[in-house]
Amino acid sequence: MSAILFFEQGLNGVQFGLMLFLLAAGLTLVFGIMDMINLAHGSLYMIGAYFMASFVQATGSFWIGLPLALIATAIVGAILEITLLRRLYGRDHLTQVLATFAIILIANELVRIAWGSQPIMLNPPAELTGPVALPGGLRYASYRLVIIATGTLVALLLYLLVTKTRVGMLVRAGASNREMAAAMGVNIRRLFTAVFALGAALCALAGAMLGPILAVQVGMGENILILAFVVIVIGGIGSIRGAFVGSLLVGIVDTSGRAFLPLLFSTFLPPQLASAAGPAVASILIYLLMAVVLYFKPQGLFPARG
Amino acid sequence: MKRIIVGVAALVALNVHAADELKIGFLSTLSGPAGGIGIEIRDGFNLATKLAGGKLGGMKTEVIFADDTLNPDTGRQLAERLLKRDRVNLMTGIVFSNVMLAVWPTIQEAKTFYIAPNATPTSITGKGCSPYFFSASWPNEAHHEAAGAFAQQKGFKNAYLIAPNYPAGKDALTGFKRTYKGTIVNEYYSKLNQLDYSAELAQIRAAKPDALYAFLPGGMGINFIKQFVAAGLSNEIQLIVPGFASDQDVVRAVGEPMLGLFDTSQWAYDLDNDANRKFVEEFQKEYKRIPTLYAEQGYTAALIIDQAVKDAKGKVEDPKAFRAALMKAPERAKTPRGPWKEAANGTPIQDYYVRALVKDREGRIVNKKIATILQNHKDHWLGECSMK
Repeated sequence: MSAILFFEQGLNGVQFGLMLFLLAAGLTLVFGIMDMINLAHGSLYMIGAYFMASFVQATGSFWIGLPLALIATAIVGAILEITLLRRLYGRDHLTQVLATFAIILIANELVRIAWGSQPIMLNPPAELTGPVALPGGLRYASYRLVIIATGTLVALLLYLLVTKTRVGMLVRAGASNREMAAAMGVNIRRLFTAVFALGAALCALAGAMLGPILAVQVGMGENILILAFVVIVIGGIGSIRGAFVGSLLVGIVDTSGRAFLPLLFSTFLPPQLASAAGPAVASILIYLLMAVVLYFKPQGLFPARG
Repeated sequence: MKRIIVGVAALVALNVHAADELKIGFLSTLSGPAGGIGIEIRDGFNLATKLAGGKLGGMKTEVIFADDTLNPDTGRQLAERLLKRDRVNLMTGIVFSNVMLAVWPTIQEAKTFYIAPNATPTSITGKGCSPYFFSASWPNEAHHEAAGAFAQQKGFKNAYLIAPNYPAGKDALTGFKRTYKGTIVNEYYSKLNQLDYSAELAQIRAAKPDALYAFLPGGMGINFIKQFVAAGLSNEIQLIVPGFASDQDVVRAVGEPMLGLFDTSQWAYDLDNDANRKFVEEFQKEYKRIPTLYAEQGYTAALIIDQAVKDAKGKVEDPKAFRAALMKAPERAKTPRGPWKEAANGTPIQDYYVRALVKDREGRIVNKKIATILQNHKDHWLGECSMK
């Protein structure tokens, strides 16, 4: 295997990790700070992608559509929180799972009614459709580089927001002890609505950025949500840093499994068996990773609560 | 909502079941991520029924819809309900082979004819063949055999194959390899419902194959094609896909990047015959979109029922008479595919075409027929069926 291919696969791993981070960041915020299992996170991701597709079509521009989709999804998120989810905070996790699962089904059917049942179009902006040449002769999809940049930027901004600002302080206070924070005069209600809306906007960002390389269709959120949950369980629930490290780990492990295991197996197995066994083992690698992390660190790598 | 109304209508109709009425159970995947496929088939079926004045074979026709949600257990329960409570005369509609296999024993036990508008799994057409099964679509491996034959004819020296790791994925690549004699660079089975294909695309780029055959149905195919084009591979490697993975539903979702692809199908929107022109025109008038091959299959299934019921003089309950009429129907009905002969195992002996994704005069992206690749092609498993 050439060094370039090795480098390319590494880049692919980071890129896939950052794709997952966009979704996992919002999930871990809501899960960690509000102690709320929100399965409907994937639905907000789907709605974000659909909004994006519609706004891009209406305005004719990817970059105008993007902020509009973020705002629209944040509003949907806030409405969802105020009307429905707020009632679930005090309940146990099973009730939350049931209720938010219901939201998935309802959201899927609503999207079907509004946009139809077939996948809809969302393509990268014209200037980012093809590959670019990187040093060393590697040609890499330019849009994927934008995903890498977006993921890194979001990670940085969230880190600054949570650790360096007053809002971030309130968020951390709410996460580590809700009652105490409320007793100290923090308006937990408003804080939670804001956090949830932020989570929804992050979902929309994920949906809008991933839509051009994935299918925008009903049910698109469920598939990726499982991976996002794996990420935050590995990283430690509620921790942005954990989500970042967790998603990079998952992305790199999954990609290198798919890239290198078939090659590894072919060194000691007949080719037919190797090409069958490689991807099969690669597909369970991230769950193995999760099991190993949980064995040594049951709270995840960077637990938010002590 | 519609389902509920139809369901209520079915309850009301239950007590007025008359001999001159035809009841068809349409069990299909109408919701969830794959619901679009069932809806295409349903729309095609409904169109043919409507054009026949609501009377298939001259009998007042009631179609009872049920949604299996792509869950084999749900499918089996709904089939029971359609057969036992609603007492349907015929069954049709199933999209997915796994649902088909789960539901099939129930239909067969009830000695009810099933007209397949899509899934035609090899286990039902081979050793397990049955007089009650009739496919109006194509045997599961046929599109892939056609794709292999096309790659062979084009003179591609080697090919890279990719499919999801599940039974239909393996069947697909088996079908391709049956007709393609060049070198197989790699046969790669990816994870079912995989999102990101960057690792696979990097390997494919490094392997530099002449042709790439991708059987990735539904959303997986959309993910793959988008990423394949974004990586710039479409300029280096010829991508070939089965027709159902690049029809109008996928075109609407992917758009321009689809141009330049080849696919294989039993039908094309520009097949040169009157029945097809009528179908394409009426479908666009009714639904404001270009039909997919799924819609053609639903439409054709209804035409076959129409012809068979007419020829059997409405004796749907007489298995011998109805099967005889059914087996002759494809030669007599005016389907968009033109006439074909049905083999003893209930699969069409028909032509398969290569289609190219191009822009038509109005600037729409369409699947244009460019060649006939397999003529009077038979199901590979026909020999294993003991029926004559």
